[in-house]
Amino acid sequence: MKKLINQVDDVVAEALRGMAAAHPDLIEINLGPDYVVRKGAPVQGRVALVSGGGSGHEPMHGGFVGAGMLAGACPGAVFTSPTPDQIHECTRRVSGGAGVVHIVKNYTGDVLNFEMAAELAQAEGIEVASAVIDDDVAVKDSLYTAGRRGVGTTVLAEKIAGARAEEGGSLVEVADVVRTVNASGRSMGMALTSCTVPSAGEPTFELGEDEMEIGIGIHGEPGRERMPLEPADRIVDRLLEPVLSDLPFRSGDRVLAFVNGMGGTPLIELYVAMRRVAEALGEAGLRLERTLVGSYITSLEMAGLSITMLRLDDELLRLWDAPVHTPALRWGM
Amino acid sequence: MGDVTLDAGRTRRWLELLGAALTERAEELTRLDAAIGDADHGTNMARGFRSVREKALAQDGAGVSGLLRGTAMALIGTVGGAAGPLYGTLFLRMSQATEGRDGLGLEEVRDALRAGVQGVIDRGKAQPGDKTMIDALDPALAALDAAIAGGMPAPDALREAADAAERGAAATVPMLARRGRASYLGERSIGHQDPGATSAAILVRSLADAAG
Repeated sequence: MKKLINQVDDVVAEALRGMAAAHPDLIEINLGPDYVVRKGAPVQGRVALVSGGGSGHEPMHGGFVGAGMLAGACPGAVFTSPTPDQIHECTRRVSGGAGVVHIVKNYTGDVLNFEMAAELAQAEGIEVASAVIDDDVAVKDSLYTAGRRGVGTTVLAEKIAGARAEEGGSLVEVADVVRTVNASGRSMGMALTSCTVPSAGEPTFELGEDEMEIGIGIHGEPGRERMPLEPADRIVDRLLEPVLSDLPFRSGDRVLAFVNGMGGTPLIELYVAMRRVAEALGEAGLRLERTLVGSYITSLEMAGLSITMLRLDDELLRLWDAPVHTPALRWGM
Repeated sequence: MGDVTLDAGRTRRWLELLGAALTERAEELTRLDAAIGDADHGTNMARGFRSVREKALAQDGAGVSGLLRGTAMALIGTVGGAAGPLYGTLFLRMSQATEGRDGLGLEEVRDALRAGVQGVIDRGKAQPGDKTMIDALDPALAALDAAIAGGMPAPDALREAADAAERGAAATVPMLARRGRASYLGERSIGHQDPGATSAAILVRSLADAAG
């Protein structure tokens, strides 16, 4: 294992200290339990958005804390969900009296820990609404699985619902925005290389020089199938086809395309992919209204990308364009 | 009321043995998890039981229920993943079931374990055959039931339960995962032993070693 770290056990806390040092104008951190909150939290009278999940997906979620997005984020150990007491304390810290929305990615651990945290907060009189993101079309959604995983749409939901909270939306309204975004977004990812969890010390899976994994999760979970490496355009088509046919997106739909790097793929390659995405959407008759290109929901140093498509209406577009100022996303302010 | 199977001293011994075994086998658990999950089960359980040692086992004078409750809180607060809430709930329900009692007979141990396992089912919604912790815990309870009905002495009964849990964990190899992260793999989850069932079998084995 070759990593830019000091001690394996200190990675998460040291990264949080680094974030605090880099963005003292935007965020505050707490260590033990670990969480990131918006500077000056709570904002009285406003609904607060809290998300969280394992570390290793940076900038998600801590990088999305700030004006117009999350009020708080709870990072667990690498690829491990945060704990109930941690989420509970963060929830209490950002609660401004109008309720707290928990944005939960659909992984068994995240769901169980957020569920226990919501029970703890509610026992103290804090109103909590939970909204789950499960947008990964690589996973079969059936009674016989834990359901689809939450991936790229999470970033878009945090931005869009954060805008609704910022302008004074009620608890029910803000939670509904998260659910609308989840219902309108679909994603799928692929990996060119594995990632190495610091505490494990070796790659999570083996992938040959000439192989790729289609349908990969954001924790290095194996995907739909392993196959010989192909050119970028062909890979984009392989991801787009199931994403577009699942919702389904129809000719004339207005869309946001999110081309996301998994952590180890340079921006130049993401733009190569974006070029084909734009071309393919044109062929399908979709109207590309907005884009987000970059590494926003990552899997440590994994190389690869995911593509998320979100169907937009006037309201979602307006909320997407609303000002945001966080360590990782900023426009309009 | 027969012999005492579990008292505060043996509960403490159980938790120590369990922590030591999970720490010793952390790499194996993480390797099993890497095959069908996210490669952190061993690390997470070892971290959880380090906290159990530092917090729950450090309380002087705690009874069975207090030790189990302390264990639950330590696991809930440090393990994360699905295992934190699930094992936390198991120990919390066992703590509730043993409240105010300190010298538990075999049947009471069985009842407490059953309450704990029911807690895991309530929270995780898994059924036998789903390739989870339940596939080790459910056979252990069945073995205890049979041993108690047959009048078997406690040490033998608990060993039977531990054997059944280990067989149950081994029997998860051909199963298709229907809960948790492994369920995402569908058919590809077949052929691997479930890490949660494996740690659950370790839990029952260390109980047998401590209380038998």
